Amino acid sequence: MSELHGEPYQPQSGFMKWMESRLPIMGLLYPTAVTFPTPRNLNYWWTFGGILMFCLTVQIMTGIVLAMHYVPHVDMAFESVEHIMRDVNFGWLLRYVHANGGSMFFIAVYIHMFRGLYYGSYKAPREILWILGVVLFILMMATAFMGYVLPWGQMSFWGATVITSLFSAIPYVGDMITQLLWGGFAVDNPTLNRFFSLHYLLPFMIVGVVVLHIWALHVTGNNNPTGLNVKSKQDTLPFHPFYTAKDGFALVVFILFFAMFVFFAPNILGDPINYEKANSLVTPEHIVPEWYFLPFYAILRAIPDKLGGVIVMFGAIMVLFILPWLDTSKVRSASFRPLYRQFFWVLVIVCIGLGYLGAKPPEGAYVVWSRILTAYYFFHFLVILPVLGLVERPRTLPQSITQSVLGKDDGGQAESKG
Amino acid sequence: MKTHRKLKTLGRFGLSAVAAAMLLLSPADSSRAAGEGATLPSIDWSFSGPFGTFDQGQLQRGYKVFREVCSACHSMNLVSFRNLAEEGGPGFSPEQVKVIASEFEVEDGPNDDGDMFMRPAIASDRFPTPFDNEQIARLANGGAFPPDLSLLAKARVGGVDYLYALLTGYEEAPADMELAVGMNYNAYFPGHQIAMPQPIFEGSVDYDDGTPGTVDNYSQDVAAFMMWAAEPKLEARHKLGFKVFLFLLIFSGLLYAAKRKVWSTVH
Repeated sequence: MSELHGEPYQPQSGFMKWMESRLPIMGLLYPTAVTFPTPRNLNYWWTFGGILMFCLTVQIMTGIVLAMHYVPHVDMAFESVEHIMRDVNFGWLLRYVHANGGSMFFIAVYIHMFRGLYYGSYKAPREILWILGVVLFILMMATAFMGYVLPWGQMSFWGATVITSLFSAIPYVGDMITQLLWGGFAVDNPTLNRFFSLHYLLPFMIVGVVVLHIWALHVTGNNNPTGLNVKSKQDTLPFHPFYTAKDGFALVVFILFFAMFVFFAPNILGDPINYEKANSLVTPEHIVPEWYFLPFYAILRAIPDKLGGVIVMFGAIMVLFILPWLDTSKVRSASFRPLYRQFFWVLVIVCIGLGYLGAKPPEGAYVVWSRILTAYYFFHFLVILPVLGLVERPRTLPQSITQSVLGKDDGGQAESKG
Repeated sequence: MKTHRKLKTLGRFGLSAVAAAMLLLSPADSSRAAGEGATLPSIDWSFSGPFGTFDQGQLQRGYKVFREVCSACHSMNLVSFRNLAEEGGPGFSPEQVKVIASEFEVEDGPNDDGDMFMRPAIASDRFPTPFDNEQIARLANGGAFPPDLSLLAKARVGGVDYLYALLTGYEEAPADMELAVGMNYNAYFPGHQIAMPQPIFEGSVDYDDGTPGTVDNYSQDVAAFMMWAAEPKLEARHKLGFKVFLFLLIFSGLLYAAKRKVWSTVH
């Protein structure tokens, strides 16, 4: 494990020497964030961790300012959001960044998760790192769901009604849980109040789990596209300047993509009906969650039984917790697993397909396909992955990370050419 | 060999990203369309596209249509008179706005005697609502409640195109269709039965700028006005977006160069 500690911090100035002998914060940060040894072969799919940090920061910063102007009351929430859009200086920018920022957060987290799936980043010794990631994903979903309720539009209200009602399917305690969530007997002002409170709280819980996630990362080190362990100093590069430069570039490209939505299509990812104020007497024709929940929504509706649907939907996330033990393959990276690589892409298509079906009305062929794809989703994790590790013949692995980068293991001549 | 494999993987990632993006962008137009409505006509709006701006003349004409036709039944609760003089809007002068506002009476008070009283509206007032409450609005409109127009251009699938289509979509009902009492046939309304009778006809409003008074012009102009009412900061957003894009493009170029330079020592 010694290769996972970067060069220690050497205070140069008199002040920093004084500081370090009292609060050695640089001594803590420097080897973990500056000189941290990082595999030299990380590709751009590895830049999404940093991008996610950016997303979280943006959401918290815009959210704090939005909360200064927002009023969590059923009679005023919708109007206060429009007040932000119309009268608050750059309020439109804050709100569009925050609203689209949620979508960007999920785009980044889905890419981050599928990268983990492709390269086997969940396998030993990174199981806890992965599990903390799944916890973060669940916290994100809860936060996003409650945040979507706050503008108190039609879909806010009806989405909240549909999703909170799911808990009533739980035997014995279901009604109690639902009433606790509502603060009454229907989605109403107490619901909005508590969702606002929780929507403000959960992001800071996310920050806490992110700290654990990064802590766990810094114990095991990054996985890499070969899936090989770091074997020597030569396999790594200091995080700074190599990955600060790479992550920084990727981040700005991501912000370009983000800005495209914020400035030129700020409402394209949202449902138009949410610009209509919540009305408990008028049910929208189709109650559809935001795009990032659609695959789970499709799974929920694929099951004809309410409780069954809820169990299977939560099961679709829970299965990720045991993923590290379901995959029996000794090889991490899909690059060296010819069969797994194909099943990986099938899974990607199945998930996108479920997302498509989640946006469709629950009728006819859409339901049939939802069931088929839901069944396949679980089949992938519960059957294909355990079996595949036993029957698949992985391709020959390179000797080392360095060899995979430079074509041959040139022992110390790494600087020569590339 | 290796590069080839890498490219192939990248290509596949790329393809799935494109597919995902298409999936993301599609719900706006097709899957969530409420009802089977016909394909919407596509108008070349001055405000569409990344450099789009509102046409002040069109917004002023649209305001006139709203004032003389729509506002008889529809409210526009989120818009204040002062907005009419703000940048990126119809471009009325503050003096014009005072005159426009003073045409409306609003309730104020209580005064020192404890009574509510009526006074001419001022620039900081919101547009007054035509009906005191939903019940009386329904009573006056055959049971239907005319929706508030402040956000309608964003609150309907198809947006401003849909508003234009709806206003021009009044037709004779097909022979095999039985309309409910008090309902009107509209080619673009979900379900085709709309409570609002055709609101505008050729010559309904006298334009001051010589624009022909056709249903088509009225519909486009008032739809554009409603788009502005729903998104009054559209121009500011487009302008800032252009600057942000320019900055980010140059910045990303510099960062790419920096990244290349940093990495040139290792491969």
